[in-house]
Amino acid sequence: MQVSMTVNGRTRTADVEARTLLVHYLREQLNLTGTHVGCETSYCGACTVLVDGKATKSCTVLAVQAEGADVTTVEGLANGELHPVQEGFWERHGLQCGFCTPGMIMSAVALLNENDNPSEDEIRHGIEGNLCRCTGYHNIVRSIEYAAATMRGEDPPASQWKDES
Amino acid sequence: MTAGVIGKAIRRKEDPALIQGKGLYTDDMKMAGMLHAAFVRSPFGKARIVGIDASAAMAIEGVHAVYTADDVRDLGPLLAQVAIGALRPLLADGVVNHVGEAVAMVVASDRYIAQDGTKAVDVDYEPLEAVVDLEDAASDRVIANDSNESNVIHVWEVGDADAVAAARASEGAIEVSVKMINQRLIPTAIEPRSALADYNAGYGSVTLYSSSQIPHAVAGAIGKTFGLTSNNVRVIAPEVGGGFGAKLNYYAEEALVTFASRELGSPVKWTETRREASVATIHGRGWVGTATIIGTSDGKILAYELDALSDMGAYTQNFTVAIPLLGQYVAPGQYDIPIHWKIGCVVTNAPTTDAYRGAGRPEAIFYLERIIDAFARQIGMDPADVRKKNFFEEFPAATAAGMLMDSGDYRANLDKLLELADYQGLRQKQEEARKEGRNIGIGLSTYVEVCGFGPSALAEGGFSWAAYGLPAAFNGSGLVRVNPDGTATVMIGTGPSGQGHETTWAQIVSDALGISVDNVQVRHGDTRDSPMGIGTFGSRSLAVDGSATAQAAEKVRTKAARVAAHMLEASPDDIEFADGGAHVAGSPDKTVTWAEIAEVSYQPHRLPEGMEGGMEANAVFSPANATWPFGSHLAVVEVDDTTGDVVLMDYFAMDDCGNVINPMIVDGQVHGGLAQGISQALFEHAIFDEDGNLLTGSLLDYPIPTAGDLPSFQLDRTTTPTDVNPMGVKGIGEAGTIGSAQTVVNAVIDAVAHMGVTHIDMPLRPKRVWQAIHRNGG
Amino acid sequence: MFPRQFEYVAPASLDEALSALASTPGAKVMSGGQSLIPMMKLRLFSPGTVIDIGRIDGLADIVEKDDHISIGALVRHNQTASDPTVAAHAKALSQAAGWTGDHQVRNRGTTCGAMAHADVAADQPAAAIALGATMMARSSSGQREIAASDFFVDALTSALSEDEILVELRVPKASNGSRSAYDKLGRRGGHTDYAVAGIAAWVNVGDDGSVTDARIGVTGVGTRPTLAEAAAASLIGTDGGEESIRAAAGLVTDGITVIEDLYGSVEYKTHLAQVFTERALQQALAG
Repeated sequence: MQVSMTVNGRTRTADVEARTLLVHYLREQLNLTGTHVGCETSYCGACTVLVDGKATKSCTVLAVQAEGADVTTVEGLANGELHPVQEGFWERHGLQCGFCTPGMIMSAVALLNENDNPSEDEIRHGIEGNLCRCTGYHNIVRSIEYAAATMRGEDPPASQWKDES
Repeated sequence: MTAGVIGKAIRRKEDPALIQGKGLYTDDMKMAGMLHAAFVRSPFGKARIVGIDASAAMAIEGVHAVYTADDVRDLGPLLAQVAIGALRPLLADGVVNHVGEAVAMVVASDRYIAQDGTKAVDVDYEPLEAVVDLEDAASDRVIANDSNESNVIHVWEVGDADAVAAARASEGAIEVSVKMINQRLIPTAIEPRSALADYNAGYGSVTLYSSSQIPHAVAGAIGKTFGLTSNNVRVIAPEVGGGFGAKLNYYAEEALVTFASRELGSPVKWTETRREASVATIHGRGWVGTATIIGTSDGKILAYELDALSDMGAYTQNFTVAIPLLGQYVAPGQYDIPIHWKIGCVVTNAPTTDAYRGAGRPEAIFYLERIIDAFARQIGMDPADVRKKNFFEEFPAATAAGMLMDSGDYRANLDKLLELADYQGLRQKQEEARKEGRNIGIGLSTYVEVCGFGPSALAEGGFSWAAYGLPAAFNGSGLVRVNPDGTATVMIGTGPSGQGHETTWAQIVSDALGISVDNVQVRHGDTRDSPMGIGTFGSRSLAVDGSATAQAAEKVRTKAARVAAHMLEASPDDIEFADGGAHVAGSPDKTVTWAEIAEVSYQPHRLPEGMEGGMEANAVFSPANATWPFGSHLAVVEVDDTTGDVVLMDYFAMDDCGNVINPMIVDGQVHGGLAQGISQALFEHAIFDEDGNLLTGSLLDYPIPTAGDLPSFQLDRTTTPTDVNPMGVKGIGEAGTIGSAQTVVNAVIDAVAHMGVTHIDMPLRPKRVWQAIHRNGG
Repeated sequence: MFPRQFEYVAPASLDEALSALASTPGAKVMSGGQSLIPMMKLRLFSPGTVIDIGRIDGLADIVEKDDHISIGALVRHNQTASDPTVAAHAKALSQAAGWTGDHQVRNRGTTCGAMAHADVAADQPAAAIALGATMMARSSSGQREIAASDFFVDALTSALSEDEILVELRVPKASNGSRSAYDKLGRRGGHTDYAVAGIAAWVNVGDDGSVTDARIGVTGVGTRPTLAEAAAASLIGTDGGEESIRAAAGLVTDGITVIEDLYGSVEYKTHLAQVFTERALQQALAG
C-alpha cells in the first residue's frame, strides 16, 4: 500500500505492507533510527514520536494509519540548535545508555507543550509511559525541570553537583 | 595539571549524539544484502523433540534457510568460563530444557517474513516432567537436564562451622533464623540484544556487531567456535542500550548469525523481541536460603550462618556457577564476625541465570542485612547500633570469608547517613504517624562490594577468558595517542553501556596532559582498534582500565615533557602541562601548545637525538587486589495496611567508592542501581508455573518501575581511597543495587512489625504485604 | 513484534465501514488500536482484515445532549479524562479514563474501544456500568441499544455481534442528587496500570440525604466488569453513612466469581473490592 505523511517537515511517500508498524517504517525505510524499539506490548515508550503533535507509541500504530499525519521524531526536534529538552537532558545527566532517551525526550516535549510548569509529581506521571532502566528517573526529572524553566525564559534550578577535587 | 578536571561534574561527551537520535546501536546497522534471523523457541519447560518439519517455512517467499541442531552440532556447545554442569547447545539437540530454548533458526529477507517463517516450522514435542522449584530440584526427584547426574552441580562453602556451633552453645546466645527468598529477576535492559554478522569467506574473516559488554571476549569466542584466529575476528559493540550483566555472555545467537552468514554468504542480523528477551537472555538472582544470627542481648554478633540454594537454570553459561562465589566473597559484609556460609548450585528447567547487576553480592548482602535487622528487632536494639557494634574498625581487614578488604571507615559512613536522613527525627515522625494510624517504616542496610577485578594472578583461579580462547587475565589497558594536530585519542578495551567512559576517561587524560576534555576523544568497543580489554562488568572499568589509561597518559606526559623541554630549552623536570600546552615552571610565558609539541613529535628530525617519533603509549594494569566499596542506605516507606500498598517516600544513600572522577556520573550510577534494587524489593519477579512456563514474559506482567513509582533520591558520599590502584578509585556501578533491596524490605517490615509481621518475601507486592498482615489478624 | 499479514481498509464513512464489516468474515474493527495492535504483534490474534474506523468524520466528539452525554467511537481516553462535561456529569468515567494506560496510550486509545475490547481489568467499563450508560451498536441493518451492564459478556468478549460497531457511548447526565466516583488499586500499586480491583460507584441522594438509588461497577476481580447488584440494593434507603457503606461493601462480590491471578488471591481481591467499594462510595457520597 502507498502511504504518504510528513516526517520532520518533509513529505515522505512509500510503499508498505499493511502490517508495517510506523516505527519500522521510520527506522527501516526512512533510516530514522533514533526512534527505538524496546518491547512489543506498548509499555516501554522507546518508540515515542509526535503524531500531529501528540506523544504516540510508534510501535502501536500501523504506518498506514499515519497516512496524511504530521510526524516528528527525535531527529526533527533540534532546529539548528538543541531543543531545550535535549539541552536539559545533556545538562542534568538525564541519560546513560541513551536507548530510552529519544522516546523519553519526545514525551517530555509533549508534556511541556501541554503544561509549561509541571510539578515533580506531574513530570513523573507525565512520563509514566516511558521506561528507563539506567537513571532511576531522578536526573530525567531534573532534566525536564531544567527544560521547563528555560522554556519559560527562567533560569534553570541549580545543579546538584559540587566539584569533588 | 588542568585545574579541576578530576572531580568535576563535566557534562557527557556521549550525549550530543544520543539526545539527537544519532547514536548507533546494533539494530540501527544495515549492510547491503542483509538478511534477518528469527528463532523457533520451545514452548515447553522440558520436552523431547520428536521431529522438526521446516518445509512449510521454506516454502514462504523470502525465507532463505531454516537451521536446526543437525546443522550446527559440529560447532560445539556454547562456551562457558566456569564449565561446571551441562553446557548449552547452540540449538536444542533432541531435547529442550527450558521455555524459550532455541530450537531452529529461520533466515529471511526481512524480519516480518522471518517471523512468519518461525510460525511455519512444525516441531513435534513430547512433553516431559519439568522441575522449577529450587528445593524440589535439589531433591533430585526429577532431573532437570539429563546431561547432569544431579541437579546440584556444585556447592560453595566457606567459614567455620565449628565456630558457629560454639556460638550456638554459648551461654546467653540468642538465635534468630529466617528462611527467605531472593527471587529470580529478568535484567531488562531497554535495548534488547541484537547481533549482526558479516562473514567474508574471501577475507577469511568475520565482523560481528553485537550489543555486548564484552566485545573482546566475544571475539575470542567467535574465533574459537569457528576456528579463526583472533586477528580475523572483529567484534564491534557500538552504542549498547544498557547491559546490567545480561550482555556479559557469549550468546548462542551471536554464534548462530555468524554461522548463517558463513553459510549464506550474506550479512545476517537478529534482534531480540522483548518476549524473547525474557527467556533467551540470562536471568539473575534466584536464591532460597535460611539465614541465622547468633548473638547476645547487647547486640554482639557471635556468628552468622547461611544455608542456601541458588538457581542456575537449565544450562551453565559464562559465569553461571560462579555467581554465588561472588556473593560468598562479601558474605560477612562490614562485620568482624565468624560465619559459615554454604550454597548449592541447582539446575532447573528455566532460563540460565548469570551476572545481573551486583551478581551474587546483592543476594549475599540481602540475607545478611535482613537477618541482622531481625536480630536487632528480637533483642529490642536500634538496628543502627547493632551494626555499629560489629563493624570492622581497622584496615586492611581480613574477613571470615577469607578476603582482605582494602580500606574503609564504616562507622563514619553510617553516622553521616544517619545525619543526612535525620534518623532521630525520622523515628519521632514515625512514632507520631503511628498514633494517627499510619504505618511509616524506616529501613537501614550497610553493604560492602568486592569489585575492580582483578589481579592477574586470579587467572590461576579461573578469572580469565581462557575458555573463550582469550587467555588474558582480568587486566585493563589503555592506549593514549596525541594526534599530529595536538588532540588526543584514547582507545580502551572496555564495553560500556551508558557508564560514561568517554567522558570519564577524557577527564583522566585531560588531567594528565592538559589537553582540554573537548579535545580528547575516547574510542571503545571495536576489537580491531582498541587494545586488549576484557569488558565492562563488575564495577571494574575505572579501577582497572582507567588506571591503565592514567598510566599510559603518564608515559605520554613524560615523553612530551622531554619534547617540550627540548623546544623550550629547559629541563624536562621543569615542564608543567596546563591549558592545552606545556610551560616551564615559574615561566608561564615560556609555552608551547600541544599542537606544536605534536607537530615536532611527528617530524622526528626535530626531536631530541635518539627519540622515537610519534606521541603515544599503551599501558596494561593489573591491580594488587580487588577493591571494596561500601556504604549505607536508609529508606522510608508508608504501608497502607488496608490494601498492602507500599509507597517509598524517601531514600537516602551514603556510598563510598573512593575517589571520584565525575560526581555527576557517579551519582547517576547510584540512582540507576538504587532503582534496580528497589524494584527487586517492590516489583519484579520472574514467575514460572510448575511446567516451567514463564508467567511474566512481557513488560505487562514484569513491572519494571516507572518514574511515578520512585521518589527523588538523596545521595551523599564519604571518600575512602584505595591504595590498590593509582587513582584511588573503587567502582560504583553495582553499589546502589547491592545496598538497596534489603533496605526497602527492612523499612516495610519496620512499618508492619507492630502487626506481628517478621518477614515478607520479595517482591513486596500489595497482595503479599496484605496477606502477611492479614495472616497475623492485622 | 511483527503482525501476520492482513487486509487493511480505512473507510471514509460509517456506512462503508459497516458494509465492509458485513461482507468480510473475520474482520476486526480498529479505532485507536492500542489494545488490538499489541495482540496482533504478539500474534495472539490475527484478523484477516482490519477495518480502521479512524478516518470516519463525526465520531471524535463528546456532545452534551438533553439527557445524556454522547461519547463518539473515536473519542480518546485523554479527551474523556479532560472533558469538563464528563467530569461534571460522570466523574467516575472521567477518573477511570485518566487512569487508563499511560499518556501515549490515552492519546490514541479510545473510550469506546476500551469498552469493545472488554478487558477483565479495564477501568472505564466499570464506570460505564455504574453510570448506567448505554452502548449504541450499529450494523448495516440498523442500530440497537445495549445497556452497559449487559455489554460485558466474558473476558475479551462484548455483546457486539460480528457485524456491529460500537459507534457511541451514551452516559446519562447527572441530576441534582447523583454523583459518582471510581477508585482502584493498580497492578503497580496506587492508580497505575490495570486494576487489581476497581470500583465505580454511582449514587443518587435525596433531599433528606438518604440514598435513593445506587449502582456499583466492579472490574479486575472477576471474568468481566460486573454490576454489584446486592451491594447497591443494600444502600438504597440508607443514610449513606459509614455503617451502610460497610454493609454494601461486604456484599460487593456477591454473585461474582472472583478469579485468582498474578496480582492477588481470591481472598485478597475480594477484600480489595470491598475496600475500594468503601472508598468509591465515600468519595461519591461526599460529592
